[in-house]
Amino acid sequence: MPDGNGRRVAVIAGCRTPFCRAGTALKDARAVDLARFVARELLERTNLEGAAVNAVIFGQVVPSALVPNVAREVSLLPQFPKEIPAYSLNRACASSGQAVANAHDEIVLGGADVVLAGGVESLSDIPILASRRLADILVEASKAKSLPARLKTLSRIRPRDLVPVSPAIAEPSTGESMGQSAEKMAKENHITREAQDRWALRSHVFAARGGDDGRLAAEIAPWFPARPSDPVVTQDNGIRRDTSLEQIAKLKPVFDRRYGSVTAANSSPLTDGAAAVLLMSEPAARALGYSPLAFIRSYAVAAVDPGWQLLQAPIFAVPKALERAGLEWRDLGLIEIHEAFAAQVLSNLQGWAAKGWEIDESKINVMGGSIAIGHPFGATGARIVTTLANEMVRRDVQFGLLSICAQGGMGFAMVLERR
Amino acid sequence: MALTWELADQGVAVVTFDSKGEPVNKISAAVKQDMLATFEALERETAVRAVAFFSGKPDTFIAGADIEEFVKLTTAAEAERLSAEGQELLDRVARFPKPVAVGIHGACLGGGLEFALACGYRVASDHPKTQLGLPEVQLGILPGAGGCQRLPRLIGARAALDIILAGKVEPAQKAFRLGIVDELVHPALLRDITMAAAQRMAGGWRPKRKRRGGVAGWLLDGNPLGRRLVFRTAKKRVLEQSRGNYPAPLAALEAVEHGLRRGMTEGLKREAQLFGQLAVTDVSRKLVQIFFATTALKKDFGIPNPPAPIVVHRLGIVGAGFMGSGIAGTAIAQAGVDVRMKDADLPRVAKGLAAARDILDDRLKRRRITKYEHARLVALLSGSDGYGGFGRAELVIEAVFEDVQVKQQVLREVEAANADDGVFASNTSTIPIHRIAEAAARPEQVIGMHFFSPVARMPLLEVIPSERTAPVVVSTAVAFGRRMGKTAIVVRDSPGFWINRILTPYMNEAGHLLVEGVAIEEIDRLMVEWGFPVGPITLLDEVGMDVGEKVVGVMHEAFGERFAPVPAFAGMVKSGRLGRKAGKGFYTYSAGKKGSVDPGVYELIGAHPNGGPRAAEIIQRLMLVMLNEAARAVGEGIVRSPRDGDIGAIFGFGFPPFRGGPLRHADDLGAPRIVAELERLAERYGARFAPCDELRDRGRRGAKFYP
Repeated sequence: MPDGNGRRVAVIAGCRTPFCRAGTALKDARAVDLARFVARELLERTNLEGAAVNAVIFGQVVPSALVPNVAREVSLLPQFPKEIPAYSLNRACASSGQAVANAHDEIVLGGADVVLAGGVESLSDIPILASRRLADILVEASKAKSLPARLKTLSRIRPRDLVPVSPAIAEPSTGESMGQSAEKMAKENHITREAQDRWALRSHVFAARGGDDGRLAAEIAPWFPARPSDPVVTQDNGIRRDTSLEQIAKLKPVFDRRYGSVTAANSSPLTDGAAAVLLMSEPAARALGYSPLAFIRSYAVAAVDPGWQLLQAPIFAVPKALERAGLEWRDLGLIEIHEAFAAQVLSNLQGWAAKGWEIDESKINVMGGSIAIGHPFGATGARIVTTLANEMVRRDVQFGLLSICAQGGMGFAMVLERR
Repeated sequence: MALTWELADQGVAVVTFDSKGEPVNKISAAVKQDMLATFEALERETAVRAVAFFSGKPDTFIAGADIEEFVKLTTAAEAERLSAEGQELLDRVARFPKPVAVGIHGACLGGGLEFALACGYRVASDHPKTQLGLPEVQLGILPGAGGCQRLPRLIGARAALDIILAGKVEPAQKAFRLGIVDELVHPALLRDITMAAAQRMAGGWRPKRKRRGGVAGWLLDGNPLGRRLVFRTAKKRVLEQSRGNYPAPLAALEAVEHGLRRGMTEGLKREAQLFGQLAVTDVSRKLVQIFFATTALKKDFGIPNPPAPIVVHRLGIVGAGFMGSGIAGTAIAQAGVDVRMKDADLPRVAKGLAAARDILDDRLKRRRITKYEHARLVALLSGSDGYGGFGRAELVIEAVFEDVQVKQQVLREVEAANADDGVFASNTSTIPIHRIAEAAARPEQVIGMHFFSPVARMPLLEVIPSERTAPVVVSTAVAFGRRMGKTAIVVRDSPGFWINRILTPYMNEAGHLLVEGVAIEEIDRLMVEWGFPVGPITLLDEVGMDVGEKVVGVMHEAFGERFAPVPAFAGMVKSGRLGRKAGKGFYTYSAGKKGSVDPGVYELIGAHPNGGPRAAEIIQRLMLVMLNEAARAVGEGIVRSPRDGDIGAIFGFGFPPFRGGPLRHADDLGAPRIVAELERLAERYGARFAPCDELRDRGRRGAKFYP
């Protein structure tokens, strides 16, 4: 940050897996496989020796019970020496944005020169929990001293205990689901169904264009499925090239069937994928011979009462980040906004407009957003950092902003600068 | 003194075997003396109540008997005496009044295992380097220091024959499962546990060993009737496999059977007799020569004053086809390097990655690696349709289509992507390396590395420097080939190099014979009986007719009429009978299994299988046409020594090891005789048999290839 100790942090490169709707092309891969794959591909693309990396930070929102620290499994790839420390973090949908931010801090503070930051989510690989009663009985049975005692304990299991519990995307503090929150925001901010559908269509059209002209494709490392008979996955599979406003309008609202406006089409889908970004101190980048895509100018996180408008915290995070950057909204040449729901994007834009900021859509989500591309919670932040930094180079834009809303009423914002 | 001992706690004497100045411990005459003296001292010393025996070497226990001593023997009687002396020594160990326990870490082979078997208790470390076995038959002899007696008594005839007859070496885990060792422990515990066992035995405790294998074990091993069945089955299998060419397994079988029938003393006597007979056979001599040659090749970089090789951490492979993926999988499995594969499009890359991964999966399936090692190895494999990541590769091997322009294009692309000191190796089978290197900006970095198919199984690598190749590039290619588990020979940059140069006339001759009316199976059968693992026609199917056609074409162009392709073969390629990979060749293939001869083939090549020349003539034609070309190539300096040539032929296409290789075989026949026979054949069948100058010259001078 401008008044830091002077070490600027460079974004060297980023890459990601194709983002695929949960239960489709990536369903047989575990989250840890996706994370390791993407980290390794990033090394390939940058020709970086694994030994040059000082730390690995990965974000994941729904970790597997078997691999609680996915980042360490990444840093234990054979391409790395075994001595690279690693941790995983959870800032909900901003997790890998936070991973990049933490990497930034470590580099600025002199704790590291080269950090691999990323995120992963496999919603095809979520932990399915046993019911509380079943869990209790199993634990008790495992402590039983004799076989008869064990059988007696186990005999208490009833069929209803066997129904598994899958984690819901609901706020623990309010019980409100993400979709319900978006629905509430649409109503309170008077976001029409048509406006939401138009934003969704825009997301698909722009993403398809980005895929076809190679800008999005450039970020994607082709995924080779375990079964060689399956086709190689080279594209995000949520992007619809054939859709239209009419088709999108046909969908029924999901969260409020009578008066609602949030549909499957104007929301981001459940997605599998991983993304990673390579960050270096400016001197390290120079010494290792890399030309940075961009530098991190500032970042900020804000939070609001989840019972208010759950996904509206970006309207507080962005001004904070801009202030820390010493910049004005109008200085920004490119803006990437995470699209959890079209209703949320439009609410965020409305909130910024209310500050008197001019909303120029030609600078926003120029290759579409999470609605079309998909949203593997933990991976989205790193995806957006990559997309933004690459596009800043292509357009030679000096300042770029990214904004991510997150569960728990949190918002994350980061400002990148080109030179 | 190779053996030292000291008295440790509670009356346990710790003996350490460490041959000073030697890389491994071997049992030589001096060591035997030493051992005798040591055990005598231990017997005298009253404070010693038990003995714990270890090796002082970090990675070997005892590698076996000293083969150098063994090759000096000239008569069967001498050899028998050597065996009997070994038996006597180990008999003393077995009857030693104080209990002896051994702690085994590292290779415990041949005489080393026989020694361990004579001890009262065996503890092994559960380390990958700890391997136990009796490889004697691979040298044409048998375990002659009581191994044929003690192993079957310990683990049953069935399991013992399995090891002895095939000369197997087993990892410690398997040896423990079989009952060869009593305990398996972490290397850090080996010393303590072994000493504790010795001490327990000093207090009168004896290990209880139960017969393995349950009811089936008792039915087969536990009674004379079952054993008879075991021996009969084993004998049948040995005869099938050795085809009467290798006497050692049969003799070992006899030694085991004799001992189990007549008792230990008689068994030992028979074992020593048979050892004596085997030791001076020609087969054993040849096998030992091959052993020495391969051992020497392991230290030979093929150039004078070889510079230290560049250590390869990362390997780039261009071309994800059958060869490319074979090299990738083998490089990961054997050398543990990071591999990046590149091909023109992603589906091909996917196929190559899957094929390479199959090699790793196969290791897991065969329990050669754990699932954790497997996961680590799998993470070393990756690929793409671009050259990303090639900048970090110390070595890039191309295995693209066999066409000089295509290879040159790949070379230019790799040079652009790779670091300035990266080595570029071509896995070409025929194209001269200097031709490929014409396109290079750094021709001194270009070399040939010719692997054989399937890469995972074929043990040979031809390394082909061009005249401009830098010495460090040669040593790097040889060293990396070795890390991949291959025996590398450095050969001259000439069409077909060594293997295809001498194999092509042989395969071609098989074609001539077919046209003359010899049946396909007949040709194959005769050569298998002669000692090849497969006959030439089957080999053609394995290699692929399209590949074969290409090779012959190149050789014909380079060397002229004697390499003229058999016209009948062209029809095979045209009709898509490419061999195993196409599901049909001379034979039919279904689901990867070789079926019978496809009768349609005869019509296709315009032949009628109605006899042709007699068997001896067939063999002679096939053999002499190869020996002639081999001699000519030696004259041209294609291989650096007859040793390299013979090892190449044995490991490259299975030239019968008991014949020692084509040049060794030529020496046995004698150049004058070969020249005379070739002249006769040339008169009858054409100029392709005309004896080469090299042979004529040697014939006149009475010179042999080997001194």
